[in-house]
Amino acid sequence: MPVTYIQAINRAMHEEMERDENVMLLGEDVGILGGAFKASEGLLDRFGSERVVDTPISESLIIGAGVGLAIQGMRPVLEMQFVDFITCGFDQIVSMAATLRYRHGGQTSCPIVVRGPCGAGVHGGLYHSQNPEAWFFHVPGLKVVAPATAYDAKGLLKAAIRDDDPVIYLEHKFLYRRIKEEIPEGDYVVPIGKAALRKEGRDVTVITYGSPVHAVMKAARDMASEIDIEVIDLRTLLPFDWETIRKSVRKTGKALIIHEARLTGGIGGEIAARIAEELFEHLDGPVMRLASRDTHNAFAGPMEEYIIPNQEKVTEAIRKIAAY
Amino acid sequence: MTEQKERELYFWLRLIREFEDRISTLDKQGKIQGGVYSGKGQEAVVVGVCHELRPDDWIFPLHRDLGAFLVKGADPKRLMAQVFGRRDGFSKGKDSFLHGGDFSRCIFGATSMLGSTLPVAVGTAYKFKIRREDRVAIAFFGEGASSRGDVHEAMNFAGIYKLPVVFLCENNFYAYSTPNELQFAVEDVADRAVGYGFKGDVCSGNDLHSVMKAARKAIDRARAGEGPTYLECKTYRYHGHSEHDRATYRSEEELITWESRDPIERWEVYLEKRKYDIAAIRDEVGATVKKIVDDAVAFAEASPVPEGPEAMEDLYATPITEG
Repeated sequence: MPVTYIQAINRAMHEEMERDENVMLLGEDVGILGGAFKASEGLLDRFGSERVVDTPISESLIIGAGVGLAIQGMRPVLEMQFVDFITCGFDQIVSMAATLRYRHGGQTSCPIVVRGPCGAGVHGGLYHSQNPEAWFFHVPGLKVVAPATAYDAKGLLKAAIRDDDPVIYLEHKFLYRRIKEEIPEGDYVVPIGKAALRKEGRDVTVITYGSPVHAVMKAARDMASEIDIEVIDLRTLLPFDWETIRKSVRKTGKALIIHEARLTGGIGGEIAARIAEELFEHLDGPVMRLASRDTHNAFAGPMEEYIIPNQEKVTEAIRKIAAY
Repeated sequence: MTEQKERELYFWLRLIREFEDRISTLDKQGKIQGGVYSGKGQEAVVVGVCHELRPDDWIFPLHRDLGAFLVKGADPKRLMAQVFGRRDGFSKGKDSFLHGGDFSRCIFGATSMLGSTLPVAVGTAYKFKIRREDRVAIAFFGEGASSRGDVHEAMNFAGIYKLPVVFLCENNFYAYSTPNELQFAVEDVADRAVGYGFKGDVCSGNDLHSVMKAARKAIDRARAGEGPTYLECKTYRYHGHSEHDRATYRSEEELITWESRDPIERWEVYLEKRKYDIAAIRDEVGATVKKIVDDAVAFAEASPVPEGPEAMEDLYATPITEG
């Protein structure tokens, strides 16, 4: 039976908590309510309140306590009700968790997963629409993943839970119930650090992740008669899969990076720089980027559309780079 | 209390002071780099608390709690190597002493964001509780850190779940230069415990008897499943915030007043009243701790300075592979 993206997340947590009694979940309204979006539905009934913890509104506590649990052998999943709220726990991620192993000279690891709904397109406004990956992309010691499909949502969450390092898991709320697909029953993982080649093509490489993957795939189908697009879904942002990017851009000679996070200081800039540095002689045009405009996530419909890289802008950006 | 325990406590007080004094001297001589945050004057707090602990209890010390490392069993040699930033330190040179814990002794290394260890201590205490482990967590912090949001979030959570944790506040009257009356509008920060639904207690942090009595009560309460305690120990640091701080914001008279309440001299008075030969004990313990610290310095000086590329190690438990 097909499952939605959010059901895949729910299944991953069920299966991992079943598999390993050290896996637990802490967050706001994750227990009795089953999560604001129902990501943790059924977990409290199945695993009890010691392992599924309804916390007060205390993001710093949620993440800090997660570190305290992790050093005692637990594998906590820490939910940010909206990932925008991660700013309230920023220090615990960046100063506490990310440096834990380093400042202890390798004596310990920090197996925590911080997950929560990110992304725009649902009229969330300033504080329910953000894409915070670039803030964490800059921090050594962290891993950052962002699934675009139900299959990856499950497999990446399982991989994140089993990983011994702190992983930021960004689930795009626009995809929660819009994506529905058949996924395998039972256990599988999607390895951290490996991109997915969603479509092979000869003309242009589009490197993307999260929600825009679907707009890019639609563009690839719609434009198939004019441009042969290769689509890379990064899946893991830190560390990103350079080998897959390298191979593809050497072949197509054109690279377009698309993300919903803001343009300036975004991940696209880093990937573009790497391509420019290492693949300069293979390029047939400038490395290009399409991202959200450099403003806040405005609420009113036309403003939100103006800001984010929607279908129309994706198509236009692909045409532009293909023309070189 | 047995004579053996009384002497042991004296040994710890003296070892910490010797260690602290030596670090200050090494700092003045330019032999060590980075921040040195002397806990001189506050020894009775860490001794009184840590001496009551078992090996598998966890402590979360802050930057002025070097003594807690020693009493909890950290090797003085490795601790000195940590201060020196050498490869044999707990951080292998990646940071100085306050940031590298010793997990083999259940000692957690703090960050510089004061109070940020309290949520971590609370998470550890939560695990002790749900796994029915007879262990406690001690979260050290200063009255300065008590103003941080992390402290509130941690205490609130610990109160809800009656966690086996002691919040050990060393109130030394200054957050760097800022006096208490500019930090909070209460006399005792431990009064805040009421708002979290657990006990608050205040003791003289310069009186070892007083600290031990209060610590024992708080630790017993935690072990018995009766929840956390906000234990505030009033004390004083003789030095500035760090060694480069001349502490001109406080009066000489104030410093002398507190020096006259010195925790080690107080314990010596006690030992003397117990009719021990204090002169002999003082010399004997003095020689012992000097030797330990001499050996620690020799070890640290001989420990290799890390190579530059070692800065790239220990970032990840599962290393990331680059294409």
